[in-house]
Amino acid sequence: MPDFLQNLLTNYYETAAVILFGIGFTTLLMHRNLIKKIVGLNFMDSAVYLFLASKGYIAGRLAPIITDGDSDPSKYVNPIPTGLVLTGIVVSVSVTAFLLALTCRLYDRFHTLDIDEITHLARKERD
Amino acid sequence: MELVQNFPFLTIVFSLTCGVFCAVLKARTAKRLCLCWLTLTTVMSLAVLVYTMRTNGYYVYRMGKWNAPWGNEIRVGILEALMASVFSGVMLLSLLGGMHHIFADCEPEKANLYFTMCSLLMSSLFALIYTNDLFTAYVFVEINTIASCALVMLKSSARTLVATTRYLIMSLLGSGLFLLGIVTLYGITGELLMESIAEKVREIFASGAYSLPLTVIIGLFSVGLAVKSALFPFHSWLPDAHGNATASSSAILSGLVLKGYIIVLIKIFYRVFGLDVIVAKQVSQFLFLFGVCAMIFGSVGAIRERDLKRMLAYSSVAQVGYIYVGIGLHSRLGMVAACVQIIAHAITKPMLFIAAGGFIDVSGGHKSMSALTGAGRRDPLGGVAFTVGALSMIGIPFFAGFVTKLHLTQGALESGAATMTVALAAIAVSTLLNALYYVPVIFNIFSGRESGEYKGLRVRWRADYAFSLVCFIALNIGFGSFSRIVVGVIRRGLELFGM
Repeated sequence: MPDFLQNLLTNYYETAAVILFGIGFTTLLMHRNLIKKIVGLNFMDSAVYLFLASKGYIAGRLAPIITDGDSDPSKYVNPIPTGLVLTGIVVSVSVTAFLLALTCRLYDRFHTLDIDEITHLARKERD
Repeated sequence: MELVQNFPFLTIVFSLTCGVFCAVLKARTAKRLCLCWLTLTTVMSLAVLVYTMRTNGYYVYRMGKWNAPWGNEIRVGILEALMASVFSGVMLLSLLGGMHHIFADCEPEKANLYFTMCSLLMSSLFALIYTNDLFTAYVFVEINTIASCALVMLKSSARTLVATTRYLIMSLLGSGLFLLGIVTLYGITGELLMESIAEKVREIFASGAYSLPLTVIIGLFSVGLAVKSALFPFHSWLPDAHGNATASSSAILSGLVLKGYIIVLIKIFYRVFGLDVIVAKQVSQFLFLFGVCAMIFGSVGAIRERDLKRMLAYSSVAQVGYIYVGIGLHSRLGMVAACVQIIAHAITKPMLFIAAGGFIDVSGGHKSMSALTGAGRRDPLGGVAFTVGALSMIGIPFFAGFVTKLHLTQGALESGAATMTVALAAIAVSTLLNALYYVPVIFNIFSGRESGEYKGLRVRWRADYAFSLVCFIALNIGFGSFSRIVVGVIRRGLELFGM
């Protein structure tokens, strides 16, 4: 067991990322308030990006930008995860924008942000 | 390099471009552009299929001619080309069949955006079919999610707004898990291209290291994609989303979008992890069990439903169960059955939704069974199409659904005793349940006891609607009668697919 705890402590970036992912995931799943759901989604995405960025970092190395003509790869950190994080951020921005736009429409229509109440009202509207 | 080898890449990129153009064009022009482009992609995909059949191989297309660890790749084989042809053909027919609904349901100045979303969706489906890179798959999974949610939302009623929200939230949970899976796998292997990951995974698996992380990663992928493809018990969002959207959207979402994610899952199972790892980790048993549950509970849900479109949506839950049962058998025959079911359902369910759209037209816009009494008499072509679709879903010989059931049964007979018993029982019960809800609908739509309100109402002749339904009927019966050819192609495709 101490081994297990030791591992959690050495990889504290990953540990934090997974805890954050859990918080985001449950917020997105459990909360009834739409805005809080969106915040949960962003938590979840950021956690994955933290995880990914920490995978690419190698202690004591430089950012992978060649300035003095030195192209020896062992001097730089892994640039691919950073690129993936950028792509991921673009995706999450567009998804968040879509969800926020949807929330605006729902609020205009029902004057509430509670998803259960909205479902209830929408059902009544049809009958 | 021959010209035809560029086609898969061109279909992806120009579908995106087509979407951009549709966003700035007038609705009628956008419609024409989108339909022309879909016709062209169907032809191009068929050409790729013929090319791969003739060379009997697959080829890897390197983007910008960069080599493996740096570049992005798409991989084209027989199975991929077959799926791409079917998908773009079905997309075209679904759009044609529901065209007048699209223009009736959208706000007039926004109708062109519908075609934008369709082009984006088609582009992401092509990319999911062809891609050889996990992160590219993730990006296109998200494009697929956004486009399909927008397709639900374009008919802007209170119920579609709520359905879209639920759909989007569930989809995002699924993509989150999928992304975490990719990232963790990258952490272990340091690769993103499927072949390179597969090599590393084999090494890792043989050395016995990272046993728990591998299980977790396979679990993340399976659950993430199962949520997005509405496998039982994650199907709660599907009936609302598919049942309330406009006819074409329901057809496209049920027929194609669910299958796109399943194709990604099949790729991950067979090309990234390999069959040995999947069998050793016992994931397929879970998928098998959930698939069986989906077959039963989807049908039970459909029986309880009084609303035709929601009934069809629940039937999709059951049909997705068939695909997962095929995958869960983890044998060659099971995979053949899963691929046959992907195609059979892709050509059957859109036809049912389009026909249902026609019935709703001649029943004053109502969707409940009671209002649809006699709708098949008022819209004879829709009635015939619905009957063909329903018989196919039940699994009558000479219709597409029968081919699935045949191959699934063969796959089940080949597997171990317990699996065989469960699978055969599930197929039998589900066939019975399918008949229980489809046959009454057939009787109902051809019943002479029409309510006075809609009696004598006749459907307006629409060339696009008629063309789409006739093509779907021909495809369905053609696939059912000459299944040997298609199954032969699928078998050859699976050999090249890495099985």
